Amino acid sequence: MRLLSQLAIGEHATIFAIEAEESLYHRLSALGFRVGKTLSVMRRANFNGPLHIRLGTTDVILRDTEAARIHVQNDLLTSQ
Amino acid sequence: MKRIALLGMPNTGKSTLFNRISGASARVGNWPGITVDLMSAKVLLGGHIAELVDLPGIYDLHGFSEDEQVVRHFLANNPLDLVIVLLNSSQIDRQLSLLLQIKKLNIPMVLALNMSDEAKKAGISIDTDQLAKSLNMPVLQISAKYGEGLPKALQAAAAVINQAHTTSDPAGISLALEEDQKIEKEMESLLARYVHIPSMLSDSTTDKIDKILLHKWLGLPLFFLAMYALFQFIFAAGKPLQDGLAWLLQLLRSDVLEPLFAGSPTWLSGLFLDGIYNGVATVAAFVPIIVLFFLVMSMVEDSGYLSRAAFLMDALMAKMGLDGRGFVMMLMGFGCNVPALMGTRMMRSRPMRLLTMLVIPLSLCSARLQVFIFMITALFTASQAPLVLFALYLMSFVTMFLTALLFQGQFKNKEPFILELPPYRFPTLRQIVLRGWLEVKHFLQRASKFIVIGVVLVWALTNFPSNVAPASAGTYAGQLGALFAPVLDPLGINNQLAIALIFGFVAKEIVVGALAVIYGLQGDALMVQIASQIDWVQAISFMLFALIYTPCLSTIATLRNESKSLSFMWLSLGWSLGLAWLVSFTFYQSARALGF
Repeated sequence: MRLLSQLAIGEHATIFAIEAEESLYHRLSALGFRVGKTLSVMRRANFNGPLHIRLGTTDVILRDTEAARIHVQNDLLTSQ
Repeated sequence: MKRIALLGMPNTGKSTLFNRISGASARVGNWPGITVDLMSAKVLLGGHIAELVDLPGIYDLHGFSEDEQVVRHFLANNPLDLVIVLLNSSQIDRQLSLLLQIKKLNIPMVLALNMSDEAKKAGISIDTDQLAKSLNMPVLQISAKYGEGLPKALQAAAAVINQAHTTSDPAGISLALEEDQKIEKEMESLLARYVHIPSMLSDSTTDKIDKILLHKWLGLPLFFLAMYALFQFIFAAGKPLQDGLAWLLQLLRSDVLEPLFAGSPTWLSGLFLDGIYNGVATVAAFVPIIVLFFLVMSMVEDSGYLSRAAFLMDALMAKMGLDGRGFVMMLMGFGCNVPALMGTRMMRSRPMRLLTMLVIPLSLCSARLQVFIFMITALFTASQAPLVLFALYLMSFVTMFLTALLFQGQFKNKEPFILELPPYRFPTLRQIVLRGWLEVKHFLQRASKFIVIGVVLVWALTNFPSNVAPASAGTYAGQLGALFAPVLDPLGINNQLAIALIFGFVAKEIVVGALAVIYGLQGDALMVQIASQIDWVQAISFMLFALIYTPCLSTIATLRNESKSLSFMWLSLGWSLGLAWLVSFTFYQSARALGF
């Protein structure tokens, strides 16, 4: 199990747990971050900037601080 | 081992309660009948070790969202010793339905009413004893956030577990939910047969554009290049339109209005021709450029490029205590500061919001743009013009970054940064024109009100007292200019420009109109007159001061309203006035010292 912030660019993974206080939890889930959902890391902005994540049909950008609250496990089927 | 489930609507504090009861022991696990993982924890309850499962928040037990199906399948596959239903006390009128739906399933239950403090404040009182009797289950008020009432609630839960040796009956529940299961099946088969949803939808065009525009190294330079190209376009396309309109307005004055006013008293023709007409016409000549500006900006805004800018700039913004959204607001401020200030409402952390509101008034809004275009056209060649304007935009950014850097210590925050990235959309022509028109209408309404009042005031100040020559040092305007001379002379700003600046405090839309009235000239003649009076160093010093010193009265009023703090408003005002003076002073004096 790893944190979303630790994934490499291009990697696919499944959300395993979300560890966040209520308000953040709801913002995340409103944008599609839910346990069991698959996501992939599209890119990271320069100078350790935010991550660009794709969840199904939604693209979301978020900082490392928030990405570190999301636990993921590698998706064996899709990861290379 | 006993099994307890925690159930409630979204936003009732369920996760908070779960974390409070479970402490650090929570883990993620699989459950029969469902495909998603749920959090669970082992807790000691009334001498038993019990497993507490956190079910997803749902609005309706019979609904068909993913979460609602998960809860139903969990209940129909896993025997339970107790369900703790958590409701928000202040919304009990809406939430009680969920409790009654679950009650029909004959599972031992405890009702916990959360956020009782909020309900009390709202004047809601709940007779828990009678409610408990009527529902035939323990009802307790708790505060998941502060832990109040929690021991009592856990005691009640323990009592239910120990008393009743019955567990829920999954088979019975499954039967009770049969109708819902039928609908689920039908939904599934319809979707499977007639709808195709790829598991990872990729919009290839957006992806291809993103590969370039969000490129690690090319992204930011491309962004600034794109902005520069847009300004070039606005200038190149707007200039002929502006010249044409100015020529028409001049023709209207000399061929229609002047003969019309030939017979009227001097003061009346002065007020109408040199006051209102000169002022309004000079401003009106800039409308084509403003229209173009709004058309282009609304196109950029609707295209989805602004959130990309937030992505590219966030790392830099973070160093200044702001985030990518703050950058987008700064860009919006280039249209008008007022809506940009209102846009900061989406930030929840007050320190970050205040810091963002402190920098927005420094962004070069369209009203200031008009002043700059006027000055630049008067003093610079056509090839220099876009460069000077671009430098002013850069300066606007520099002052914003400087402000954020200096003040970030006072406004520390931990606001999370999460933003959706919409696919690129090319707005339809209709959309662009409609948006652009709305912005222009808004601008004209604001401008016309301020301009007419402003130019009349300027005309009065430059023409009274009536025993001295108009616009001379003896008039009220001349006296006012002399009053500010000690402060503005070191910046190279003469008395006439000083008066325009004083009116610019109310709204920048007046500045150009005021200059027309002060000099009693219009259009090209006005530009020639100003160019003969000041040189390019003075012009830039004037523009720097006009850029930074203060946005306008509406922005100041918005700052006051949005921050709900007078002292914050004064801080913003004092800072921009001081910074404007310092920047202009430094520029003017060093340029002169270098021999320019």
